[in-house]
Amino acid sequence: MNKITEEILKEITDWDKVFDGAYSLRQDGECVSFQNSDHIRIVKKEDKSGIDIYISKEAVGETVYIPACVTKSAVKDLVYNDFHVQSGADVTIVAGCGVHTDSEEGSAHNGIHRFFLESDSRVMYKEKHIGIGKGSGQRVIDPETYAELGDRAVLEMETIQLRGVDRTLRKTKAILDKEAKLIIHESIMTDGSETASTEFSVDLNGEDSSVDLVSRSVAKGRSSQEYKSVINGNVRCTGHSECDAILADDGKVTASPALFASSVDANLIHEAAIGKIAGEQIIKLMTLGLTEEEAEEKIIAGFLGV
Amino acid sequence: MLRLDNVRLDLPTKENLINGVSLSIERGKLTVITGPNGGGKTSLAKLIAGLFVPTSGKIFLDDEDITDISITDRAKRGIAYAFQQPVSFKGITVRTLMETAAGADMPEMKMCRILEKVGLCARDYMDREMDSGLSGGEMKRIEIATVLARDADYIVFDEPEAGIDLWSFTSLIDAFGKLKEDRDSALLIISHQERILDIADEIIVIRDGVVASSGTRDEIFPTLLSGKDKAYCPKGQEMF
Repeated sequence: MNKITEEILKEITDWDKVFDGAYSLRQDGECVSFQNSDHIRIVKKEDKSGIDIYISKEAVGETVYIPACVTKSAVKDLVYNDFHVQSGADVTIVAGCGVHTDSEEGSAHNGIHRFFLESDSRVMYKEKHIGIGKGSGQRVIDPETYAELGDRAVLEMETIQLRGVDRTLRKTKAILDKEAKLIIHESIMTDGSETASTEFSVDLNGEDSSVDLVSRSVAKGRSSQEYKSVINGNVRCTGHSECDAILADDGKVTASPALFASSVDANLIHEAAIGKIAGEQIIKLMTLGLTEEEAEEKIIAGFLGV
Repeated sequence: MLRLDNVRLDLPTKENLINGVSLSIERGKLTVITGPNGGGKTSLAKLIAGLFVPTSGKIFLDDEDITDISITDRAKRGIAYAFQQPVSFKGITVRTLMETAAGADMPEMKMCRILEKVGLCARDYMDREMDSGLSGGEMKRIEIATVLARDADYIVFDEPEAGIDLWSFTSLIDAFGKLKEDRDSALLIISHQERILDIADEIIVIRDGVVASSGTRDEIFPTLLSGKDKAYCPKGQEMF
């Protein structure tokens, strides 16, 4: 593990010299170390780059770490990670990725994650993305997530990208069976000339399945962001999506939420708001003793949940 | 002492103007500003907190001229201002707002004590976001609590009764009374409410942007029920 990897790990996970329990650490396109636990088994894929993570039903309250670090320019990393979660398991998965460039040549990480949650399993998935380094080369992170949720399975995803990623295209697709629940909280902040696109597609196929999709974004500088979501309510189900964006400077945001219902009992709602920070919010915090800059920082941090 | 010296405020809307107001707010006293709607009461509060800058005239805080200093610097000098209309924040919790107001992390017990004064249980509210998930009355009570959390020397409440239910209002009156006893703060409350006027030490009546009358509670309160400043309310509660 090199120094840059250590730096990235501190940023994207709660790593402090050691991971407790199961983990797989990826650095510059290779798995550099991994560890199984009694209930979580990590197996390297034979046919392509990546791992299978088998989470047994006995895994309750465990955390598995699968961070990926790109520590230099000219790395194009593509990895396939599949999570197989047995019925009854209840785990936290800490993923996340950092890309560091030190020259004019760019680097990219493309993580393709698939989740197969058996009935009555629960997963909390946490993912933080950052770009660092003084190089002018582009830092690109293009994650793809595919999730199948069995009956009554619950997948909660918290994804955060706050700085330094020049370009990202995030794709998330999920298919839910009976009474399954998907909760997504996404926070993205872009600055400079960064671009971020995020696309969600959720199929509510099981009776009483539900999705709650909340995306909060802040676009500063000349950065631009694009949000697309499609929720398909095919049975009696509930779907809620919320896309809120704060614009500053010359930031741009496009929001294209879509709802499709093919059942009269599908209850789908979308909310969206794009605008600058309300002046009265800044004034209120100034009356509490913050400067205008501190007030803006506080408002953005609260908005993004960081 | 907080002193306004011949303060004028001209607004483009020509409404809520202040046409040369001089008054003093003393520490250790509860001063109530009352008067008809549109008379300039909220404008005065905003001038004191720094949200408005006077067109002319001066504002002094303990003999320091604060006319041109910012909202932030006034807050740091001990002026607190409770908005008439609470501000909502998506993602900012009641806890964060209270701790921002206090300028430090706040133990749960302290948060309980402050929120209790406005009729709220801290455990139910401290991790909730200050946004549309709360009712108007809840937001208003939290707004007042953020000001109570500040331990400020000069506290301005702009119509604290608005949007508050009777039960919470009673506890709020008690909170004002206790604030007066516990601290040597200057309390300035803009209100139409008889029960708030009743606990005032001083009453200032603002009408058409000027001080129509001012004096002790005993001097002014009876005049509000008769004569020039008479304001009739069938319920006997709202004075204007």
